[in-house]
Amino acid sequence: MVSAMNSPEKFPDTQGHLYEKRKAVHPQRIDGKFRRLKWVIMALTLAVYYITPWIRWDRGPYAPDQAVLVDLAHRRFYMFGIEIWPHEFYYVAGLLVMAGIGLFLVTSAVGRAWCGYTCPQTVWTDVFQHVDRFVDGDRNARMRLDKAPWTVQKTARRLFKWSIYLVIAFWTGGAWIMYFADAPTLVVDFWTGQAAPVAYASVAILTATTFIFGGFMREQVCIYMCPWPRIQTAMMDENSLTVTYKDWRGEPRGSLKKAEAHPGSFGDCVDCNQCVAVCPTGIDIREGPQIGCITCALCIDACDRVMAQVGRPRGLIDYATLEDSELEKAGKPHSPIRKALFRPRTILYTSIWGAIGLAMLFALGNRTRIDISANHDRNPVYVQLADGHVRNSYTVNLRNMENRPRKMIIGMTTLKGGVMWSNAGSREGAGQSLTTDVPADSVARLRVYVAAPGTGPEREDFALTVTAADDPEAKDIDEVFFERPETGE
Amino acid sequence: MMSEKKRVDQPTGTETVGHEWDGIEELDTPMPRWWVWTFYATIIWAIGYVIVYPAIPLLNSATEGVFGWSSRGEYDTQVAAREKELEPIRQALVSTDIRKLNGSPELLQQAIEGGRSAFKVHCVQCHGAGAAGSKGYPNLNDDDWLWGGDLETIEYTITHGIRNPDHEKTRFSQMPAFGRDGILQPNQIQDLVSYVRLLSGREKQSAAARRGAALFEANCAVCHGSDAKGSRTLGAPNLTDAISLYGLDRATLTDTITNARYGVMPRWGQRLDPATIRMLAAYVHSLGGGETLPALEDVKDDTLEQVGTPASNNGVGDEQS
Repeated sequence: MVSAMNSPEKFPDTQGHLYEKRKAVHPQRIDGKFRRLKWVIMALTLAVYYITPWIRWDRGPYAPDQAVLVDLAHRRFYMFGIEIWPHEFYYVAGLLVMAGIGLFLVTSAVGRAWCGYTCPQTVWTDVFQHVDRFVDGDRNARMRLDKAPWTVQKTARRLFKWSIYLVIAFWTGGAWIMYFADAPTLVVDFWTGQAAPVAYASVAILTATTFIFGGFMREQVCIYMCPWPRIQTAMMDENSLTVTYKDWRGEPRGSLKKAEAHPGSFGDCVDCNQCVAVCPTGIDIREGPQIGCITCALCIDACDRVMAQVGRPRGLIDYATLEDSELEKAGKPHSPIRKALFRPRTILYTSIWGAIGLAMLFALGNRTRIDISANHDRNPVYVQLADGHVRNSYTVNLRNMENRPRKMIIGMTTLKGGVMWSNAGSREGAGQSLTTDVPADSVARLRVYVAAPGTGPEREDFALTVTAADDPEAKDIDEVFFERPETGE
Repeated sequence: MMSEKKRVDQPTGTETVGHEWDGIEELDTPMPRWWVWTFYATIIWAIGYVIVYPAIPLLNSATEGVFGWSSRGEYDTQVAAREKELEPIRQALVSTDIRKLNGSPELLQQAIEGGRSAFKVHCVQCHGAGAAGSKGYPNLNDDDWLWGGDLETIEYTITHGIRNPDHEKTRFSQMPAFGRDGILQPNQIQDLVSYVRLLSGREKQSAAARRGAALFEANCAVCHGSDAKGSRTLGAPNLTDAISLYGLDRATLTDTITNARYGVMPRWGQRLDPATIRMLAAYVHSLGGGETLPALEDVKDDTLEQVGTPASNNGVGDEQS
């Protein structure tokens, strides 16, 4: 939907130029309900980002007490009461799938709400733009300063602003690494030069990216780098909310004076350009939906304010679906909001999203905290013993996912005449089971030998089991087999 | 000409590239300026890379680069760094009495893992990747040992090898070639074969086996023992168990008695350092057939007296030539 009212001469002459200089964006300060919503969401998202690693969570003496910790060194992922082991990484994959479907759901229902309110690029750009305003003043002052020659004063001002950028960027990068180690310890280690080199490298890289992306690239990231705006184009339909300039009501636009002079021949738009002035990506929403629009709705705030001043109804620029726009254009009432929210597509997304979440919760609640995995040695497959018995060896991993050391009993299901012992014991002490200690939150690996009479089938199935000594209900089983040499010489 | 179709798109004010597919045209939107800077930056990076790293292929080699980096050098550095890391373990291993290695599980485990790697380099050629051996090459996983299967004995065997005629301390035994040298007649050998197969239950009692028993007592018992259970001092195999080095079928057994066997293992004390040999001993011992040391109590008493003596690797160290 590209409105035909735009005239090409408004655009800079790009013909014959391969590259285009970035047009500086100096959004003007605005207040309104969407701006206030943005403040709340900004405070919330930043608080989550900065505070989360500092929340403590008691897990006993054998596990870290940080509520959210991605412990790459020990291959554990802690999230409050949940501890994920590497073999359970599908939970993280599941979370990513949920995040993806969540984005689909949000996009199909309320359009680019993610872009407009919660995307880190948006939030940090917002922060940096407030720094601009704090140091250099509002839109007009900043535009003037931009054009001004590089005096000592301007240089000093710029250096001051960039150092604030740098501090924010550093705090951003610094907070990131707190998720990967015990935060209080890491802070001390970081400043005393004892942290891992990767910690300093991460902070350096994230400081640089935040400084560049938040301080200078800003909307360029959304327009040229981010794939999500492109994907969203495919996700949105005629029922998705999007920021809409109601051209059927606003056009032809004209100033108040003109409208007074020629009543009836002008629309509601007074061509005050406030919607353009407040836009953080520097677009003109009156040109219609476009890739540069992150639907932050600040233009709605600006336009509502002007409409109130000139005594016209609010909502010349407003959240609307394409379907509603058509209805409104035809002078019909809007379809109810629930019709836009509850339709097969959003219901389907919600069900898939919920189903994955429930399945993961169910799996989490039912997962075993004790685990045996036995691998039959392949080289050699069997060993002939001197007394005519045959021995098979198994590499057994016992997983203790509880945060306390546990005594575990390895047992075996029926194997005629079979006895077992481990590398810690000997055949003399062999029996139908053996006991071993497994340290807290770790895997114990041991070699288990099983000997059985040499006469019998070439391959016999049986199973190795594990049971916690302190809880007969905590158990696991792994199917294995016993091999013998071919009979006869 | 494509350029003829170029036009300025009215809504955007941007020129089109001039192509048209079923009415679909492409805008010639200019690239952002920063993008071209990024492109120049990569070019500068590439020039720097070519200067500092090996890059330009010449006739016989490539330019070396001012950093002097090479993948081979990188590999050597990493190996050297790893060797340096392992040095304390090797030191500890050599200075620990092998009879007491069981007492330090961590060191024993490190020795086993080190042995696992060394085995793959030096031993798999004959004993196989899984140490299961083959005809003439002992299976090191089983519980049958020609010379003994405790840690100390295994270490001695690895150090001094089997049948190294130029070495005094080597494990040495030689069965006579009873047939080739005319000590026994072919029919007598067949009787002996029947008896030996009877010993391990592979044949039933027979007249031939009874004749073989007498021959055994006269010719073989001196090394293999009257009960045929062999002797570790002499390296004579136990003939009554289920395991044999060359096989106990009639043809193989006839060949063994007629021509004798002469399996050889190099003496690794000549080629490997004491720590590696100790690791190999620990690994072989860990394969499932390892035996406990004889008279462990004596060893303990010994060590009590030796407390305070530095580097108390007596006995074991002497054996390493």
